[in-house]
Amino acid sequence: MTDTLSTPLLSAENLGRDYGARIGCRDVAFDLFEGEVLAIVGESGSGKSTLLNLLSGQLAPTAGRVAYRMRDGATRDLGSLSEAERRFLFRTDWGFVHQDATRGLRMGVSAGGNVGERLMAVGERHYGRIRAAAEDWLGRVEIDTTRIDEKPTAYSGGMRQRLQIARNLVTAPRLVFMDEPTGGLDVSVQARLLDLVRGLVADLGLAVIVVTHDLAVARLLSHRTMVMKDGRVIEQGLTDRVLDDPREAYTQLLVSSILQP
Amino acid sequence: MYVAVKGGEAAIDNAHAWLADRRRGDRAVAEIAPDQIREQLTLAVDRVMNEGSLYDRDLAALAIKQSRGDLIEAAFLVRAYRTTLPRFGATEPLDTGAMAVARRISATYKDLPGGQILGPTFDYTHRLIDFALAADGEPPRAPTAPADAAAMPRVTDLLAGEGLLEADSPYDPEAPVGDLTREPVTYPAARDLRLQQLARGDEGFLLALAYSSQRGFGSTHPFAGEIRMGEVELEFDCADLGFAVPLGSITVTECQMVNQFAGSADAAPAFTRGYGLAFGHAERKVMAMALVDRALRTQELGGEVVAPVQDQEFVLSHADNIQATGFVEHLKLPHYVDFQAELGLVRKLRAEWTARREARDAAADTLADREAAE
Amino acid sequence: MTASTATAAGGYAFAYLDDQTKRMIRRAILKAIAIPGHQVPFAARDMPMPYGWGTGGIQVTAAILGPADVLKVIDQGADDTTNAVSIRKFFKTTANVAVTTRTTEATVIQTRHRIPETPLGPGQILVYQVPIPEPLRFLEPRETETRVMHALADYGLMHVKLYEDIATHGRIAKTYAYPVKVEGRYVMDPSPTPKFDNPKMHLSPALQLFGAGREKRIYALPPFTHVVSLDFEDHPFEPTRFDAPCALCGATGVYLDEVVTDDAGGRMFVCSDTDHCETRRAEGHHGTEWAGEATEATA
Repeated sequence: MTDTLSTPLLSAENLGRDYGARIGCRDVAFDLFEGEVLAIVGESGSGKSTLLNLLSGQLAPTAGRVAYRMRDGATRDLGSLSEAERRFLFRTDWGFVHQDATRGLRMGVSAGGNVGERLMAVGERHYGRIRAAAEDWLGRVEIDTTRIDEKPTAYSGGMRQRLQIARNLVTAPRLVFMDEPTGGLDVSVQARLLDLVRGLVADLGLAVIVVTHDLAVARLLSHRTMVMKDGRVIEQGLTDRVLDDPREAYTQLLVSSILQP
Repeated sequence: MYVAVKGGEAAIDNAHAWLADRRRGDRAVAEIAPDQIREQLTLAVDRVMNEGSLYDRDLAALAIKQSRGDLIEAAFLVRAYRTTLPRFGATEPLDTGAMAVARRISATYKDLPGGQILGPTFDYTHRLIDFALAADGEPPRAPTAPADAAAMPRVTDLLAGEGLLEADSPYDPEAPVGDLTREPVTYPAARDLRLQQLARGDEGFLLALAYSSQRGFGSTHPFAGEIRMGEVELEFDCADLGFAVPLGSITVTECQMVNQFAGSADAAPAFTRGYGLAFGHAERKVMAMALVDRALRTQELGGEVVAPVQDQEFVLSHADNIQATGFVEHLKLPHYVDFQAELGLVRKLRAEWTARREARDAAADTLADREAAE
Repeated sequence: MTASTATAAGGYAFAYLDDQTKRMIRRAILKAIAIPGHQVPFAARDMPMPYGWGTGGIQVTAAILGPADVLKVIDQGADDTTNAVSIRKFFKTTANVAVTTRTTEATVIQTRHRIPETPLGPGQILVYQVPIPEPLRFLEPRETETRVMHALADYGLMHVKLYEDIATHGRIAKTYAYPVKVEGRYVMDPSPTPKFDNPKMHLSPALQLFGAGREKRIYALPPFTHVVSLDFEDHPFEPTRFDAPCALCGATGVYLDEVVTDDAGGRMFVCSDTDHCETRRAEGHHGTEWAGEATEATA
């Protein structure tokens, strides 16, 4: 078991992606361990979304690789996974929370069906158990379980995000990717969502990679922070250190312009 | 010396003369008469009446002759003629339940009061070219039977009587009859206007939309409840006289689609309706129309609009083939001025692109020369 | 008859299709048999009847029919429905094969929407006319995506649909074209047969071939293939049951058609399988609406 603690869950090595002559991101390297929350911060166009797509295997890198330790303990290069293995990973051991909930949910399917889909995809064939799991997860993300048969179209923005989180966590993934999970929400709704995510992450020991332009999100959720600019990581370290004692001029600018009132 | 081309009147006159000559074809072959078209190309006549939005078999037949058999062109001629006609008012609603039926089929019941009447249909023919038609000779007369006096209730009435089908929207004789030839359509459009536009709409377009709904782009789970074709009485409510006056009868085809059931806590589950009606014998048209009508009701029935056929703005604004052909064919009209502007821009962009490319190549050459020297 | 019509009628190959086309279709059929439940694309031809009227089934039948075959054609279970009559006549004209209405006598049975009540035996072939071969079509309209879903056996979405049915209606609300899983691998559309017929596909000794002309797909169930209707452990698949026996032959456990007898709510339920009903009546069975007095001679 020392193995799981000493071997990273996910490793990026010399990772990069170019779009023709334009740089998406370059020379990214880090290790992520189980239960660890990493924030990737930067302005729009800094390459953080490209990086998230590379790390989650949705985009092929033009340089470097991403290694992931599977549930069976074997570490695999994401680029070597077949489409079937990649899809399986995405509906079992991984989650992905989109900024736009309509991309992460089936808007024409009830909340219960949204949460139950992953269970059915991996072979659960007992309606009662699927429904019980859906109710349990709706409760855990603070959605009134009497609304289990409503479609997400009837939900508020904050509820949709919480439903998206429940839909992802129902198969007990070890790693969740989040792309601006609080984007577009009211400030009070954001605070409640972040509080919920922080609790779930701690309870479940989830590893999370969260992309955000909002340093408050990084501050509240993450253990470590990477700052990106022009497609490169310009600074990384423990979140408190990066935000309280930024070394790079750009980071200092970010921190002073956003965090300070 | 170069002289810019001018659209010559003589040239246009000559074009028209040529058109008339081509319409006539080989003068050794007898000229076709409009009454031959009216009697022997009846389904073409029906289509032109529908898309031309005017019930006049003689006029439609003449339009087909004039258009050399181009049915959209013929409908255009009828439409243009229709515009000139005075308008006295609206008739009473047709009672298709009292139709003198020539054909009546239901796909939802094997047998039903009044029976299935196949009538004149291609349905069960094999599509093998019948070379006998190329020769002279009269076909035998079709066998006939005395008209059955028995009632032939509409299938939808049978279903609605049991509550299995949503009720027809209530008829309010006082409500104004919508007419999009008199008022421009605004969205969302009510069902009467939608049905009017579909009735005038291009058969091919409606057919393709209906087909897309059957293939998953906006599914409605249809059953052909009933298709009936025959003659119905027209009555005109004459305000001056104070009572309805019979005007005669016209042939129409009606399709009642029975669709996907809907229900909620407040309303018991019931099938929903899609409706199609057209002049003459036009089954393909009314079936497509009924499918599209139901699809356009998606929102009102609580569904999610995801497919083109459910999007009323998309459907209604593109259904009219006279409009469509006009806009597509207007591309034949001169666009010199706009094109000239585009031409200038593209030339400019190309020149800039070439300059950049040459500068880059020059820089690369300089670098290569320097490396070679080292 | 003029000379040109004689050529038209006599100028076609046995069973209408030319040999090249038949070979192409047979290859697709063999591939389909080798991969049960998998939809094999084929280059469907324009046929002299409209798309949606069984052009796929007709092409499959035309490709497998031999001079010694005995053909039965049913639509909605009945031999006397317009589509069945039309297709039977087509093959009688173009292939001059023996035709029958008796399920037990037929070597090839082309069907639209039913499986005969009389159990099929070894050596018999059932050809289904299929309108939409793709069971995932109404969940995902794009062919590119459904092909991948089949390739990866990514069928979670199918069960989401069934889950939604139960959540909304308290039961799986699918009554025909009820999806099945073939040999634990491919999810397959059984064509729009009522789900009542689904159990008949399971371990059938007959070869079952499915043809979709407009959509250009052929698929197959070889004899003795496992065919399981999708369901949940606690909401198992239930075939449709009828409360009353056939009003004509008194049969129970068969699929019944509802016949409207008047416009005052009168209804009668009779066998959809006309051969089954007639055979039973000839054997002396009768229901409430048929006393069994006169039997029409069946040639």
